[in-house]
Amino acid sequence: MATTLLVLVPVAVVLAVGAGAVAVSPAHVVEIVRHHLTGSVPDVPAAEDQIVWAVRVPRVLLAFVTGAGLAVAGATLQAVVRNPLADPYVLGVSAGASAAAVVVLTTGVGGGIAGGVAGGLGVSGAAFCGGLLTLGLVLLLGRQHGRVDPTRLLLAGVALGYLFQAVTSYLQLRQGGAKLQAVLFWLLGTVASAQWSSLWLPAALVAVCTGWLIVRARTLDALVLGDEVAASLGLRAGWLRVQLLVVAALLTAAVIAVAGGVGFVGLVAPHAVRLLVGTGHRLLLPLAALAGGVFLVLADLVGRTAAPPVELPLTVVTAVAGVPFFLVLLRRGGART
Amino acid sequence: MMRLAVHDLGVDLAGRRVVEGITFDCAPGSVTGLVGPNGSGKSTVCRAVYRALRPAAGSVHVDGRDVHTELGPRQVARRIAAMVQEGTLGVDSRVLDAVLVGRTPHFGALGRAGARDHAAVTDALQRVGAAHLAHREFTALSGGEKQRVLLARALAQHPGVLVLDEPTNHLDIAGQLDLLDLVRSLPVTVLAVLHDLNLAAASCDHLVVLAHGHLVAQGAPGDVLTPGLLHDVFGVRAHCGTNPLTGRVQLSYALAGADPTHPRSEIPCAPSPGSSPSPRSCRPPSSSPWA
Repeated sequence: MATTLLVLVPVAVVLAVGAGAVAVSPAHVVEIVRHHLTGSVPDVPAAEDQIVWAVRVPRVLLAFVTGAGLAVAGATLQAVVRNPLADPYVLGVSAGASAAAVVVLTTGVGGGIAGGVAGGLGVSGAAFCGGLLTLGLVLLLGRQHGRVDPTRLLLAGVALGYLFQAVTSYLQLRQGGAKLQAVLFWLLGTVASAQWSSLWLPAALVAVCTGWLIVRARTLDALVLGDEVAASLGLRAGWLRVQLLVVAALLTAAVIAVAGGVGFVGLVAPHAVRLLVGTGHRLLLPLAALAGGVFLVLADLVGRTAAPPVELPLTVVTAVAGVPFFLVLLRRGGART
Repeated sequence: MMRLAVHDLGVDLAGRRVVEGITFDCAPGSVTGLVGPNGSGKSTVCRAVYRALRPAAGSVHVDGRDVHTELGPRQVARRIAAMVQEGTLGVDSRVLDAVLVGRTPHFGALGRAGARDHAAVTDALQRVGAAHLAHREFTALSGGEKQRVLLARALAQHPGVLVLDEPTNHLDIAGQLDLLDLVRSLPVTVLAVLHDLNLAAASCDHLVVLAHGHLVAQGAPGDVLTPGLLHDVFGVRAHCGTNPLTGRVQLSYALAGADPTHPRSEIPCAPSPGSSPSPRSCRPPSSSPWA
C-alpha cells in the first residue's frame, strides 16, 4: 500500500501536469520541472514551459496539498471525536470559512465599510479567519465542567455549521448571474486560481501540521479508545483533544481558504486507508495524506478535462468518482472480517 | 509489585461529593476486592487511583509516592495500569496493535515502538494465555478472549498495581473463575471492582465494602461478608455457608422482607467447612414471587 502510493504520487502529478487544453508529454514535464529546480536549459518550447511551470504545476501541487490536508484533518477528527462520520467540516469550520469567503465574494467589490475590510483581507484571508473564529466558538460551546466533551463539541459544530450555512445561502440568494456562479464554484471547491504565491502558505501549514500529528500518532491510537483508557495510559485526554482539534482546524482552514469547500476527500480517504492498512495512526496519517493528495490531483484532472472548456468543481468529481470506489472498498473490507 | 495506599479519599463529581473518607491499603502482591451496591462509588475510587479523576480530599500513594501531586500522568501510568470498558472507532485492529497501545507511557518523544515494546507485548500475551490470538482481529474475538487481550494490554504497561473495573463483565461462569484465577497468579498488586460477592470471596485476600460513598467495612472476606452487613448494605437476607468444592465462603441471598417470619438475625452464619447450610436459607422456589 505504502509503495503503491509512493509510486502513484509522482505518476499522477506528471500525468495531471501534462494533460489539458495544450497536451504536454510526460518527458517534457519532467524536463521543465528539472530545469526550474536545477537551472539546466530546457529543450522545450517556451509556451509549454510557461503553461507547465506557471499554471499547471502550482495547480496540481495545490490539489495535492489540499487533498492531503483534508485527509489528515479528517483522520484526526475521526479519532478526536471518536466518530467515523466525522470529517473536516463536521466542526463547522468550513461553514464559517465559507460564510466569510462568500461575504467577500458578494460584497468585496460593492464597497461600503464591510466591503472595504473584506476586500483588504481577500477571499482566502477571510475564509481562513472565518474558519479559525468558528473553531474558537465551537471550543467555547463544547466545554463542560472545564473540559472539552466530544459529543458537545460535535453538536456545537453542527449547530454553528447550520447557522453559517444559512448566512451563506442568504448571501447567495441576493446575488445573481456571474457572481453567483463564482460563489457556487468556490463553495464546491476549485484549484483553478492556483499560483505559486498562494501555494507556499497552505503547503507549509499542511507539512508542519501533518508532521506534528504523525509524531503524536500513538497518542491518537490511545485517544480513540476513550478518555478512561487514555487517562489510564498517562495521557491528559482533554488537553490533548484541544491541541488536536486546533491543529485539524488549522489544516482545514488553510486549505479551504485557497481551494474552497472541497468535500468528501476528508471523510473517505482516511477510511479507505484504514480498510487497507488498519487503524494505527502512525501508518494511517502519512498514507491518508498521500491517498488524499493523489485522489484530489486526479479529481482536478478529471474536472478540467472531462467536458472542456467547462470545468467541474472538485466536489462534483470527488463525490461522483469517489463514492463508487469507496463502496467497493467497503464491501471488500466487510467481507474480510 | 507495589503497595497502594488510599488515605481519606474524597472525590467530587459535578460539584457533589460522591465518595468521602475512604482509607484502605493494598499490600504488595495482594488482591483487594471493592464491593458495594450500584452507585456506592467503587468506580469513582478506581478512577481516582489511576488518575482519571483528581481527588477533592485525601491522597493515593503508590510505593509511598503521591499519585496526584508527586507523580505526572506518564509516571503514574508506568506504575498503575487499569483495565476498563472501552469503545472503538468501529474498525478492526489486530490484537498485537491493541496490546501495543499499552506501551503508550513508555514510548519516547517520537512514539517509536522498539524491541523492548514488542517484547513486552509478546510477554504480556503469553502471560494471559493469548499468544495464539496475536494476529486475529480484536472485534472478532469472544468475550473471554477480549478480556484476556485487554488484560494483556494492561500488563504490557509493566505496572506494579493493576486496577480492574468489573473485569468479569460479559463472561460466562467458567470464564469468570478463569480470569480471576489468572489475575491472582500475576505478580502485581490488584484492586478489583467485583459485583459477584461469591467470586469476590473466592478470589480476594481483602475486601473493601462501600455504601453511599463511604467505607462501611473491610477485612478478610470471611470476616466481612456477614448476613448483617449484607442486609444493611445490599438490602438482602443472606446466609453464609461454605462452598463444598472450594471450602471458601459461599453466600446465598434473597430479597429482604421476602420471608418476614425469619428476620436476618436468626439466620446463622456458618463459615466453617463441613457445616451444612441451614434448611431455612434454601427456600423452595414456590415461595418466590416469580414462581
